[in-house]
Formats: sequence, C-alpha cells, structure tokens
Amino acid sequence: MQPEAEFVHWLFATGFLVLGICLLAESIVGPEVWGRNPWRPHLWPGAMFVMGICMWPVMILFTNSTIHMVAHSAWAQVLMLSGGAELALARGKLTSRYWHLTVGLALIVSGAASLVHEQNAWLFSRSAFVHHALGWVMVGGAIFPIARTFRPRSFVLGAGFAATFLVVSVLLYSHRDVADIFGHLSPVAGAPHR
Amino acid sequence: MRAEPGQLEAPRVRRSVRARAVSAIAPFTVLAGVLWAFAQSYRLTFLNPRGEGFWWLAVEPPLLVILVGVFFGAFVAPGLLADLQAEEEEER
Repeated sequence: MQPEAEFVHWLFATGFLVLGICLLAESIVGPEVWGRNPWRPHLWPGAMFVMGICMWPVMILFTNSTIHMVAHSAWAQVLMLSGGAELALARGKLTSRYWHLTVGLALIVSGAASLVHEQNAWLFSRSAFVHHALGWVMVGGAIFPIARTFRPRSFVLGAGFAATFLVVSVLLYSHRDVADIFGHLSPVAGAPHR
Repeated sequence: MRAEPGQLEAPRVRRSVRARAVSAIAPFTVLAGVLWAFAQSYRLTFLNPRGEGFWWLAVEPPLLVILVGVFFGAFVAPGLLADLQAEEEEER
C-alpha cells in the first residue's frame, strides 16, 4: 500500500501549486484586499504547515539512506516552522515582520537538503535532474520572501515568490522514479517505465 | 474643479486589470491541466486501467492540476473578487 516515490512527489507538487496560485493572487490584489476575509490569510500558511506534517510520514517510510531521512526531516521541520510562523502572524499572535524570514530560511534549508541528498550527477536520471534543479530554484528563490519581508507590497517580489513555488510544482510533477532526462539515463539507474 | 477624463480612467483600467488577472487564474490552471491530459494521456490511468494499484488510480497529475484550478475558482476567487470590487468602490 506504500506509494512509490513519484506519487509522493506529485502530491507535494499539488500542495506547492496551491501555494503558488494563492501567493500569485495575493500579489495581484495586495495584502490589504487579501486580508479582508478573516480565513484567507490562513490559507497558504495552513497549506504549508499541513505539508510539513505530511513530510513526517515521508521521512519515516522512505528510508533509502540516512541522508534521505535527514533531508526529509529537515524539510518537515522548516515547513512546519515557516507555516506556523505565518499562521501566527495572520492570527496576530506574532507581530514582528522578521518572522516572515522563516519562509526564506525554509527555502534555503530545503534547497540545500535537496542538493545534498542527491548523490548522482544532473543527467544520471530524471529524478537526479529534478532534485538538482529543485535545490537551486529553492536556494535562488529564497531571495523573494527575504526581500518581501522588508517590502511586503512589492508586486515583483510577491510574483517572484509565487513563481518560485509554481516552478517547484512543475519540477515535482515531472519527477519519475526511473526515466530519462534529455535523452540521458545512466545504465545503472534501472529499467525505465512509462 | 472637474477632473480630466484621463485622470479618472487611468486608475479604473488598472483595477480592472487586477480583477481580470485574478479571474484568469482558475481557468488558466484548469486549461493547463486539460492540455497536459491531452499531451500525456497515458498519465490518466483511469481511461485504460490494466490492473494498476490504488495509487496509480488515485494520483493522476493532470487531474490534480484541474482540481486545484476548480478549488481556487469555486472557493477563493469569488470572495477575493468581491473584496477587490469593494475596495475599488471605497477608493472612488
């Protein structure tokens, strides 16, 4: 009954797609309009927090190696930290704007974990390519939430933040357990399937 | 003193662009899922099930994209557009 890794990647891609389009809508209308409804500001932080909780079963069940477990638990912790901090900011329990920096921290830690836990080269397989690309997109994309902490009404920073999650979503949806990437697949990667 | 027509029209155009952009998110997301479903129809295992297990039938990525678009269009966009319109009317 345990899903293969590609299903988990696709489910998390769906979560990142929800985050991305909510953040895109927020950047278009601005934080004041987005915050007019009391539940709406909780939407994407709540989704992020739930994704952090869902990351723990991934850490427990997908024990390919120690570095996988460490990477997955790091993701779970920073997703819950940033989601929880954003929820508390939306609720008014936290007031300092510097708590928004936890999202940047989450992206840097997640990106670094993705890069470190991928032991193969870029063109080893599609999975290897996706994890390298994810890592660099998240590390680079961290600039948006960090800068947005100081300029929360900037459309460019908000749209960039949303685009980071949308790109992460596309990369996760393209993940396959064993598949080629740009015509390359290492002979030791295993037999590809559809 | 009467305002020039150009001064009144410019903000209205900018706001309507915001409303149109928000309205386009859900249809665009659904369209992306539909196009993906046509481009990689083998990802829709329910169309031609051949003994696949639970996860192959439950997690079909193009359908997930369509569902996210439907969710946003049904539950988020209507209220957001109403609040955007209310804000624009307050500014006038």
